[in-house]
Amino acid sequence: MSAVSQVEVHEHSEHAHEEHHELGFIRKYIFSEDHKVIAKQYLISGIVWALLGAFMSLVFRLQLGFPDMDMAWMKPFLGDWISLDDKGLGKLDPNFYLALVTMHGTIMVFFVLTAGLSGTFSNFLIPLQIGARDMASGFMNMLSYWIFFISSVIMFVSLFIKTGPAGGSWVIYPPLSALKEANPGSGDGMTLWLVSMALFIVSSLLGGINYVTTVINLRTKGMSMDKLPLTIWAFTFTAVLGILSFPVLLSAALLLIFDRSFGTSFYLSDIYINGQALPNQGGSPILFQHLFWFLGHPEVYIVILPALGLTSEIIATNSRKPIFGYKAMIFSMAGIMFLAFIVWAHHMFVTGMNPFLGSVFMLLTLIIAVPSAVKGFNYITTLWKGNIIFTPAMLFAIGLVSFFISGGLTGIILGNSALDIQLHDTYFVVAHFHLVMGSAAIFGMLAGVYHWFPKMFGRMMNNAMGYIHFWITFIGVYLVFFPMHYIGIAGFPRRYYQWSGFETFNTYMDLNAFITIAAIITVFAQIVFILNFVYSIFWGKKATANPWKSNTLEWTTPINPGHGNWPGEIPTVYRWPYDYSKPGAPDDFIPQNVPFSATPESNLPEENELIEKEEEINSIKFDTSLHD
Amino acid sequence: MTLLIAILSILFIVLTFMVVSKTQAILKGLTKSEVEDSEYLGAPDKFNSANGVGLFAFWIISIVGIVWSFVAYKKDFLPEASSVHGKETDYWFWVSMIVIMIGFFIVNTFLFLFSYLYRHNKNRKVTFYTHNNNLEIIWTTVPAIVMAGLVFSGLRVWTKITSEAPANAEQIDIMGKQFGWTVRYAGVDDNQFGKYNYKLMDDAGGNPMGVDFSDPNSFDDFSNASEMHIPKGKPVLLKIRARDVLHSVFIPHMRVKMDAVPGMPTKFWFVADKSTADMRAELGKPGFNYEIACTEICGRSHFGMKLLLVVDEPADYEKWKKSQKPLLTENPDLLNKVPDNLKAKAQKYVASDEPAEEVVPEVVASRVLGNSNKVLK
Ligand code: HEM
Ligand SMILES: [Cu+2]
Ligand SMILES: [Cu+2]
Repeated sequence: MSAVSQVEVHEHSEHAHEEHHELGFIRKYIFSEDHKVIAKQYLISGIVWALLGAFMSLVFRLQLGFPDMDMAWMKPFLGDWISLDDKGLGKLDPNFYLALVTMHGTIMVFFVLTAGLSGTFSNFLIPLQIGARDMASGFMNMLSYWIFFISSVIMFVSLFIKTGPAGGSWVIYPPLSALKEANPGSGDGMTLWLVSMALFIVSSLLGGINYVTTVINLRTKGMSMDKLPLTIWAFTFTAVLGILSFPVLLSAALLLIFDRSFGTSFYLSDIYINGQALPNQGGSPILFQHLFWFLGHPEVYIVILPALGLTSEIIATNSRKPIFGYKAMIFSMAGIMFLAFIVWAHHMFVTGMNPFLGSVFMLLTLIIAVPSAVKGFNYITTLWKGNIIFTPAMLFAIGLVSFFISGGLTGIILGNSALDIQLHDTYFVVAHFHLVMGSAAIFGMLAGVYHWFPKMFGRMMNNAMGYIHFWITFIGVYLVFFPMHYIGIAGFPRRYYQWSGFETFNTYMDLNAFITIAAIITVFAQIVFILNFVYSIFWGKKATANPWKSNTLEWTTPINPGHGNWPGEIPTVYRWPYDYSKPGAPDDFIPQNVPFSATPESNLPEENELIEKEEEINSIKFDTSLHD
Repeated sequence: MTLLIAILSILFIVLTFMVVSKTQAILKGLTKSEVEDSEYLGAPDKFNSANGVGLFAFWIISIVGIVWSFVAYKKDFLPEASSVHGKETDYWFWVSMIVIMIGFFIVNTFLFLFSYLYRHNKNRKVTFYTHNNNLEIIWTTVPAIVMAGLVFSGLRVWTKITSEAPANAEQIDIMGKQFGWTVRYAGVDDNQFGKYNYKLMDDAGGNPMGVDFSDPNSFDDFSNASEMHIPKGKPVLLKIRARDVLHSVFIPHMRVKMDAVPGMPTKFWFVADKSTADMRAELGKPGFNYEIACTEICGRSHFGMKLLLVVDEPADYEKWKKSQKPLLTENPDLLNKVPDNLKAKAQKYVASDEPAEEVVPEVVASRVLGNSNKVLK
């Protein structure tokens, strides 16, 4: 078992076991305990899931945009889910429509933007940016990936069973999800969903505990908390959110399993279905919603905070300017993290919950808008009077900021319970969360891939393709999700197979068709990214060790960092990560491992005083060896 | 279609490869000359300015697009409010919308403007600007104050909407089930609902709502599964329930939405201030009808859970109520559920003297029938 420890050792001798014996293929690339390999495993899994989730959205978007379309051509891969009507036209089965929406939501939120995003970048960047040889427990880290893998396989298998995958939407509200007779998707598909998610939670807890432990214990010499890059702050807050909220979802799921299989009545009461009154009494479907959203709301921050962290780093580096308001950024993330736990019931204003509770949650929800706004302002001020280099990563980061603002603002309307009465469960909500969390987080993830690709694979991605990818995707996302606000303001309910049965919703056919076309173009534009990604792994231009002239520690490793990350001693940290374009300095960046004593020309007065402390930092002795 | 997609994607791949190789060739020639430092792969390339300008151009075009599309599509926004509280929430919706639109335009403008202004230029001196506590304080307090304003207006409206219904409110029992709505009225004789119990529900026996016929209040109750009538100008209290899974009563024009929860009755009260006839005249659409939809996913035909809503002038409403047949009249077999000691009282509703068939306003019936066959099964 490999574990890394960074204990302070006072009496110290040379370490003999720095060099490592070569591991076999399986231990090196499959059951690897190296955080960098695990990160890549998460990344590739995330990309595969993202493509699947995106293609699902195209299928149901076709249904919504072109309800009269003949879908017989999809029969080869959708099989019985396409049935032929009396005119011989292929029609999507309404149950399968719901199953697709459910799988799309589950995949995107959990498998892509939780596992794919945190799993990739927390794993990759935490040890590299804090100066550690690996995660606190490499074994737990490996376990976390492989449990996630099993969970993925189970979710994937559920797509192919006869009654179809879970179909009660990603929030799986009982009684619909509890009663097999209510919906084909509540049968075996739901069972597999629950098992898969239970494993997913275990995996994400193993990951989260590891991240927090690593950040607390394994920082290199001199890396005090106030010198951590904002990425690390973001990953740490994210992990804490996950650790505290995922167990609640697990218990909610367990109780649901009991209700489904063992006749308990946690969520069931007074039900008459299929000509029969069920014996269950005394349960409350609302209880499930409280438990679900106690995770569900923090979950949206679990999705967005890492993306914001990556963005902070990318924007500072490519503006060649310090991030503005470093401390304000940390405090607003801390504020968001704290408040994220006490706003969950804004998803439940019209469930019949006590209206007074509604008032309280409305107040708390609107408070959380403040730290979110502060983050936006800080990003923009970072750009001000910078010298911006538009790498593909930078473009995606700017796109993220724009989505975060545009989508966040509509949250102010939805958080107002009086206005939410009309808008709840309409396309206004779909538009809101796709911008603020879906697209923003996806953009953060893409920005991260473009930016850290050289460190992951030792090669550069192609810029021109990156620009094409960015422009089509950026414009496409706005074209898809902006008009959805209009549809929502007109009252169109979500999770509808079609709207033409209602006179009230019998408009906007053109807009819906337009959205579908924009979505098709946007999704197909991702091919450019996939090609670029695969091509560059093998044939991309060779990277240099620090291609972006960035300050953080990962760029002090070799081009292809090996096991243990730094061949020699781990660099010591003396300064914060944002010394870009410091007046007096010869270069426009000063890496974190450059001591103040080496830069007398650019030191600020208070920094000159820190020079004395450097001796002290240097004399710390950590045992940073990897144990086997 | 498959072929089309195949061709398109091949075209796409070929094109991207062409672009890649072209630009790589160009860049090779370029990077050499411009970048003195061969280690610095991230140096700005020749597209840098174009990207910066592009972002700003994108924003200008977006503003035009947003304004145009808003004007073009606004006629179907927030379908004409027909309830008293709906007018108020609409007002605050637009107030909030203006506030967030101001934020939206200002903040995005700064973002894209700075991208354009500060695109890389070799001669620019970057300002080393790490923080400014005054700025942070300003942009924390300004949103906080705006937020506080919106919260207080919202709280006031919300408290009013969710307050107790007035005592004289017209009560209607509305129940969601897979996949439709059924409404029950307290009847014209006693104006009291009979009790219900889910264990008494029996679709085959004609008692889908589980009305308890041992409660004499139920004898004159009547129900309807295709339309709900309410009086104009009078408070209406919906007593909402579900019998199988979650549903949600959504009346778009009334700005009414409330979940229907098995085992936990909920409620919503409102005052409709435009009758169906008023709306037809106002919109110039003689075929107009109010509709009730379901907004909580409930299974296959969630999208087809429609109930017509007819808002009558109060007098017409009373007439309509009188014309409806009590459950016992509709289905005399239900008499078996009535305990013996009350049979005599119940008998009155089963007897064949049909009260007021002729009172049914002809128009109302045809209106409703004309439309209800559009309801999706
Ligand atoms: C490829 C671009 C995407 C398109 C065109 C798209 C489209 C849609 C649409 C139209 C719906 C509503 C379906 C309905 O209610 O009937 C939906 C639901 C949803 N989408 Fe997306 N989406 C996309 C990407 C994403 C991403 C990146 C996320 C990540 C957060 C996401 C998360 C969700 C969730 C959570 C739901 C709700 C599912 C439910 O109601 O259970 N989507 N999507
Ligand atoms: Cu939330
Ligand atoms: Cu429904």
